[in-house]
This record gives sequence, structure tokens and C-alpha cells, in this order.
Amino acid sequence: MQTSSKDVKRELLDSVVIRFCGDSGDGMQLTGTQFSSATALMGNDLATFPDFPAEIRAPTGTLYGVSGFQVHFADHDILTPGDEPDVLVAMNPAALKVNLPALKQGGQLIVNTGAFTSANLDKAGYTSNPLEDGTFEPYRVLAIDISALTLQSVAAFNLGAKAAGRCKNLWTLGLMFWLFGRERDSTIEWIRKKFAKDPNLAEANVAALNAGHVYGETAELPQGIGIYQVPKAQLAPGTYRTISGNDALAWGLVAGAKLAELPLFYGSYPITPASTLLHALARLKAFDVVTFQAEDEIAAVASAIGASFGGAIGVTGTSGPGVALKTEAIGLAIATELPLVICDVQRGGPSTGLPTKTEQSDLFQAVWGRNGDAPLVVLAAATPGDCFYMGIEAVRLATKYMTPVMVLTDGYLANGAEPWKIPSMKDFAPFPAKHLTEKPEGFHPFMRDPETLARVWVKPGTPELMHRIGGLEKGQHSGNISYDPANHEAMTKLRAEKIARIANDVPEATLDTGEPGGELVVVGWGSTYGAIKQAVAQVRAKGRKVAHLHLRNLWPLPRGLGSLLSSFGQVMVPEMNNGQLVKLLRAELLVDAQPFDKITGQPFRIAELVSEIERRLGAPTTERPGVQLQA
Amino acid sequence: MTENPRVLTKKDFSSDQEVRWCPGCGDYAILAAMQRALPEIGATPESTVFVSGIGCSSRFPYYMSTYGFHTIHGRAPAIATGLKIARPELDVWVITGDGDALSIGGNHFLHLLRRNVNLQIILFNNQIYGLTKGQFSPTSAVGTVTPSSPVGSIDQPVCPARVALGANAKFVARGYDVSRELPELFKEAHAFPGTAFVEVLQNCPVFNDGVFDLITDRKSGPQHQLWLKHGEPMITADKKKGLRLNPKTLQVDVVTLGEGVSESELLVHDETNSTLAWLISDLPDVKALGVLYRDPSAPVYDDAVQAQVKMAKKAGASADVDALLHGGHTWKVS
Ligand SMILES: Cc1ncc(C[n+]2csc(CCOP(=O)(O)OP(=O)(O)O)c2C)c(N)n1
Ligand code: SF4
Ligand SMILES: [Mg+2]
Repeated sequence: MQTSSKDVKRELLDSVVIRFCGDSGDGMQLTGTQFSSATALMGNDLATFPDFPAEIRAPTGTLYGVSGFQVHFADHDILTPGDEPDVLVAMNPAALKVNLPALKQGGQLIVNTGAFTSANLDKAGYTSNPLEDGTFEPYRVLAIDISALTLQSVAAFNLGAKAAGRCKNLWTLGLMFWLFGRERDSTIEWIRKKFAKDPNLAEANVAALNAGHVYGETAELPQGIGIYQVPKAQLAPGTYRTISGNDALAWGLVAGAKLAELPLFYGSYPITPASTLLHALARLKAFDVVTFQAEDEIAAVASAIGASFGGAIGVTGTSGPGVALKTEAIGLAIATELPLVICDVQRGGPSTGLPTKTEQSDLFQAVWGRNGDAPLVVLAAATPGDCFYMGIEAVRLATKYMTPVMVLTDGYLANGAEPWKIPSMKDFAPFPAKHLTEKPEGFHPFMRDPETLARVWVKPGTPELMHRIGGLEKGQHSGNISYDPANHEAMTKLRAEKIARIANDVPEATLDTGEPGGELVVVGWGSTYGAIKQAVAQVRAKGRKVAHLHLRNLWPLPRGLGSLLSSFGQVMVPEMNNGQLVKLLRAELLVDAQPFDKITGQPFRIAELVSEIERRLGAPTTERPGVQLQA
Repeated sequence: MTENPRVLTKKDFSSDQEVRWCPGCGDYAILAAMQRALPEIGATPESTVFVSGIGCSSRFPYYMSTYGFHTIHGRAPAIATGLKIARPELDVWVITGDGDALSIGGNHFLHLLRRNVNLQIILFNNQIYGLTKGQFSPTSAVGTVTPSSPVGSIDQPVCPARVALGANAKFVARGYDVSRELPELFKEAHAFPGTAFVEVLQNCPVFNDGVFDLITDRKSGPQHQLWLKHGEPMITADKKKGLRLNPKTLQVDVVTLGEGVSESELLVHDETNSTLAWLISDLPDVKALGVLYRDPSAPVYDDAVQAQVKMAKKAGASADVDALLHGGHTWKVS
């Protein structure tokens, strides 16, 4: 029988940030994910940030092979995985070396002393042993030989040294479950499912998990190491689950196709961090979803265009380098006015860049990165759960306006998880796609709806409506190839106008937090949402007139954006790139937007946004809001 | 199949667009052969789709009254694959050129063939880049003088049929633009379950005039054409030469009949033998024409896709999005 975590007296905390770190082979991602699932099931709000190296198995013990997983959970609504960890779990010297600077002063440190061999210390670049040289003085430390205790706990299973050693992440997880009062059931269930083919290995892992837990219950914990509880968060009523951005986007696309009453075709070529979109959709064949693993990104988008020509909703997904390859074909979809959804899960660039790190540097590529005047719709998801809604919106706009739509997310959203209130399909109005079946007067394939400017969509196989389309310019009134100069200008304007009009069909610009006319507005897009929102809330709590506006529609920009931004004294645009949205806003709206960049492959911390906002605000003014009084 | 009460003719497959190839271009004859073949196989304009890349040859879809998609350079096989997966009931033809299929689109060409998607791909091989005004192509002979190779090209060419066989193509055939057998070859390609690859030797009178004259000329042609017939000995059209296997070199020799060589010594065509197809596909003096290789037993890609979908649906997997969203661990907050 398990000892219930509820029987003991626990110190109450309102929020905790834990970072698990170890070798990339130590199973830290798995440990973090399991801790997060158990935490979500206990009713806390949470946010996670997995941070791992690009190498699958980097040489053990090296600094660049360190893999980390940060989870922030609380009894209240939270939006980011937290700035500095309160608790650091370091499985080896390299992990300690990389992550200790992030730990809060006075924070709790759990180290696996078993990995602090002289060879490992060398590899991490330690000249003296931090266990002994006073490095740990500012922290509360729990130093245990997790390696040895793990081996003991699984000795009865005769696993062999390597497999036995691998159980140490579950031992650690068991201990953490005890310290933070999490239930083990869901993890045990998960272990038995994962190792269903090898019940002995499954039970060994369960034993390690339980042993870590028992250790916490029975060992004398050192001074300063307490056991805690984080009460449930007050979340809006409903049914919840944890969700990652890529799963949410995959399911949003499926939901969108359902609402459009269309089969979904997903063509893709594997690339980090977009591959899990392909994996998620490949399992959903029963939903009229076909996935096609193409030979390259060009074939992936081309096949999706072929499927859209056939009357399905063609979707392709990739990251920045893949979008670069797809560019010519996206232009074909624009010229032929076919619906197409392109998902760009951004990562650090240029070129191969930082495959496993996050960045928002594909905005220019999305909005302007094609030959010719080639406008399309660009959407950006703000949170992992928001990816679901953006998936639906992308299908809606693509099919209603016969246009490619690009959805921007990033590695941070794709891999990060949050509790998500599950929506109900009946809350979404269906938007059935209209394929033309009857021959209208004067039919040609570029006849269009006078209001949306969408051209007719005819499925091959429809009698009487045979037609030819292609990338050559076509006559506005005939659909035939046309080299007429005036026609080309008219068609270019028409393609732009069609996209511009979509602004009438999406929400007007509104502030996420704050009121118009304040001192400063922070304008964000994409995954910086949570950090900006909390930073703005903190500055507002000090009485400053600061607002937050978050863009989900990047092209066309929402109506009323220019006048709203102009009402503020300052416009600050934090971005994980070298200043892209800021240039777009300046160019399109003639507002004095100012950049604030972070290009380290790491998301913004709330604290750095707060201090930058305060720096820009300067001393509080009693005069006109928005005018900065500087000494 | 929809009922087709009216007997269709060549005219039913011709569009109202003016054909814009140069006078005397081999593409005209290929277009005519296609328009002749389609009514004979019971095709209808509404269920037929031509997908092409870029090049002179790729203008083809505009001249057909069927559905058509003139796409981008080299990518037609990928676009057609997506179309065929989404709409397996459609009759899809890919039209491509030697540059389109073997330079810029080489990758897609390879993968279309190895997947064995159920469509026909017709490669117009004029051994030149026609549309861009006559540069050498991946099939141009070494020494071809063009604006980009003023003293002769130095690139070794590839043999399209061999590329196809190397990619595991299951149907490989060859014809030439003005040949009377071309409609028949298209019909055979159409009947094949899987990717049917047909190379058509095509004269470009403007930039590469006469490269195939030896084979296609009325006088010299019969000595160099070898029309393959399954189960029959390999003999040139003039009945004077044949192909014999040299067991010492494992090569095929072109031998003259009568000079101590009898018909019984000649190789007999077996369409299902890919090794044989390889041996006869790139001979110096004789062009093997007709169906070089045909394996109708290979699994067809789009069928396999549909089978997996069917299996997923049969397995009783729910297609309810709400159920999908509630799958896994959930909890209630009240
Ligand atoms: C991306 C891209 N690169 C280059 C071109 C220019 N281009 C058009 S057709 C062609 C070669 C066509 O040769 P082939 O496929 O043999 O067709 P042909 O004109 O001989 O029928 C080239 C290089 C293009 N249209 N697109
Ligand atoms: S350039 Fe050559 S291939 Fe092109 S249309 Fe003219 S003759 Fe035909
Ligand atoms: Mg050519």
C-alpha cells in the first residue's frame, strides 16, 4: 500500500518553480513531463519549459549534453514556466554547472552525489568538488547518492547495470513526489503501459519510484529541506487536460476540417520542432485525415496543394528552413488561389541555426518572404492551448477566402504544456466549404464572390466545369493565361485586396490588459504572451498606466490597431528576434514603436520585461500620461 | 464509373485554347496521340486531370478539355501524388520534360516511381531545355553545343528508362512523338495499376533538331527501332538485326540475322524481367521501344493509403473530435 501524501503536515506554498536537469540520456524530459502530469491532475495551474540539446545522445557528462525541464505550478493562474527555479535537481556535475547560476539565492538544491566522480567533475570543468568546497553555501542542499540508492531499490529485478542505472530518474521523481505531495498513481499507470512488453522492467521502474518516495518519508531530511503542498488553483469551471502546442495545433486542424466538412491532407517532411505535428496527425486516420511523409519540404507542400486542388483541405507543417524550401510552391497556391494551411513551428535561425531552441524570427519570411507581390494570411498562436483555436481559424480563412494561411508557433509553444480547459465542438459554428457543382452563367475558374473576392472552388470530377489553372498570370475576366500589362496590375491589386478585406472578418484590435491612452503599451505576438502579460500586471500593480496588446492576426493586421497604438506615449515591442514586428508596425502604421529583443534561444523572463518597462517609463509623472520626464 | 452514353471523340478532349508550340514541334503529335487515346479507353474529360511542371511540354494541359494544373518546375509528381491520395478515383496524368523530371524534379520523379502511385507520367524527352531557349539538359549527349555550352557540353547524360528502373518503377515504356503506336502505348500505361512511366522521344526543331532522326526517320528508322513484344524474339523493325545475350560479358550484343545467327538464339522479351529491361534499355545502335518492363503485381500506393484509412475506421476508432480532446488524463474543476 502506498502511504498517502496527505497524512503529514506540509508547509503551504502558493507557487513553486522546479528545474530538473541531467545528462540528455538521464531521462529528464520524461521526469519533468511525469511530474507535470501528476501536478496537473492535482489541480494546480502550471507551465513547462523543456530545454534540451540538439544531439540525441550527446557524450555523457558534458556541458553541452545537459538537458533540462522546468515546471512552474501554483494555486493561481500562471502563464510562464517561471523565471528562476526555487528548486534545482541536478543529476550530475555538468548539469549543476550549467544550471546552478539560475537557482534562487536560498533555493533548494538536490544533487546526485553518485555522479560526482572525478571524471565527471573534470568533464564539467570543476577544479574542486562543489560538494565540498563551499559552493553550496547560499542554498539549502539535499545531497544523496541517488545512483547507489537506485541500484539497491531495483536489485531484486536482475536488470544488469545499465538498465538498473537508468531507473534513477524515477527514483528521483518518487522523492520529488513526496517532497511536493504529488500522487504517484498516474505515473505508475504510465510506466506499466510504456513497458507493457517487459513487465519485469516495468516493475523495476515502479520499485525505483516507490523507493524514492519512501526515502523521503523515512530519511531524516536536512535542515531547511521541508515538505510542501501547493493547493489547487482556482481555475474556471470545466474539464481540463494538459496539452502541448503541437498536439493542440494538430487537433485544431482536425476540428477545423470537421467544421469545414472537408477531409484533411497533411503533407510534411520531418523537422524539429514540427515533427510531432506529423506524428499526432498520423494517428488520426479515422477522422478523415491522411498524412503523407514526403521526400522533402517542397514535395510536402506540393502534395498539400494537389490535395486542395482535389477539394480537400491541404495542410503542410515545418519549421523555418522548411518554409524557405516551400516558398515557391506557396506562391503557386497564391497565384492559383487555392486554400492551404502552412504551419511554421519556428526555431532559432538562420540556416540550421538552433534547432531545439526557440525564436520568433520567421515573421518577415511569413509576411513578405516570397517572389512577386504574394500576400497571404499570417496568424500566430499565443499559448499552447491557443494553437487549437489558430488551427481552426486557419482552416476557416483558407477555405472561405481561397488563400494560403500561415500559422506561426514556435518551439516553446510546441513542446511546452499547460492545463487547458477543453472546449466543446458545439461551441464552434460550422463553416462548410462550398465546392461549385452547377455551371453558372459565363463560368470560368477565376469567377469570384464580390464580397470576399474568393474564387470558385471546383473539384475535378465535376461535369461541365472542367478548367485549367496554373502559375501563369490569368485574365481577371476569363481565367485564361494573360500577359496583358493592365490585367497583371489589376490581378496584383485584387490579390492584395482579397487578403486586406479579411481584416473585416477577424476581431478588431483590443488591449489584453489596460486602457487606451496610457504611458506605454507593450505589443507582443506569439509565445511571449504569458511573460508580457505578467510583467505588465506587475508594473500596473505599482500604479503605472501600462497596457498589453497581443497580436494573433499578423497579416492582415487587425482594424483599429494604428489609432489604438497611437494613443500611448510609448510603444514597446519585445520579440525573440532582431526586431521584426517592430519594423512591420512602423512601416504599416507609422507609429514610433521601439524594439526590445532577446535572441538567446530562451524565452523572456518576467523580471527582465518588468525592469525594461520601468526603465522606459522613468520616474512617474503627474502630468500628461505618456510623456516621459527624464532627469 | 459514370455512364457515358455519348461516344466521345478526339474533339471532346481538345480545349478552345490556341496551341502555342513552334511549328513542327514534336509536342503536337504527342497531343494528338493523347487526344486519340483517351476516347478509346473510355475516359471522360471531367474525371481526367493533367498535371504538369514547367517547360514547353508542360503547356500540354491547357490544350486538353479535361481538368488541368500547370504547376511549378519539377514538382508535378508531388502535386499529382497529393491529388491522387485525396481523390483516388480520378484519372491522373503527369506531363513533364527531360529538364523538369530529371534536373530540378529528379527527387520527386524518383519518389513517385518508388511509391508506385496509380497515375501515368509522360516524359517529353527532346534532350534540351526548350522553354529557356536551348541549354543542354540531363539527357543531352556529351558535346552538345548550346548557348550555355558553346564548345560542347561535358556532362554525362542519363537514360530516363534506367533512372526509372533504378527507382523501382513498375511500368517503363518508350515511344516517339510521330509514331503510330503512341496512342496504344498511352492506353497500356493507363491500364497499368501503379505508376506508368512513358518516355517519348520528341523532336525540338528549334533548338535540337533531328537528334532522334536515326530512329524516327522513315528510311533509317526501321534499322534502329526495336519494338518489344512480350514472348517474342527481339528483332529490329527491318527484321535484319536482333539482340543476343553474351553469356561471357552479361551484355547484350546487337547481331545481324542470317550471318550464322538464327532467330532462336535471340533474346525473347519478358516484360516482367527487370534485369532484361535494364540490359536492353540503353543500347548504342538500337532503340528498344514499347513496354520494356511491367510488374502489375506490385502494391499500389494510393490503394495502401485507402486501406489504412479503412482499417482505422473499421477498428472502431471514434471520429468524434470531442472524444479526441477528452482522451487521456482529464480532471474536472467545479
Ligand atoms: C524554379 C525555376 N527555375 C527555372 C525555371 C526556368 N525553366 C523553365 S522550363 C526550364 C527547362 C525546361 O526543360 P524541359 O523540362 O526539358 O522542358 P522543354 O521545354 O524542353 O519541354 C527551365 C530551366 C523555372 N521556370 N523555374
Ligand atoms: S522550343 Fe522546341 S520544344 Fe519548345 S515548342 Fe519550340 S520546338 Fe517545341
Ligand atoms: Mg526538354
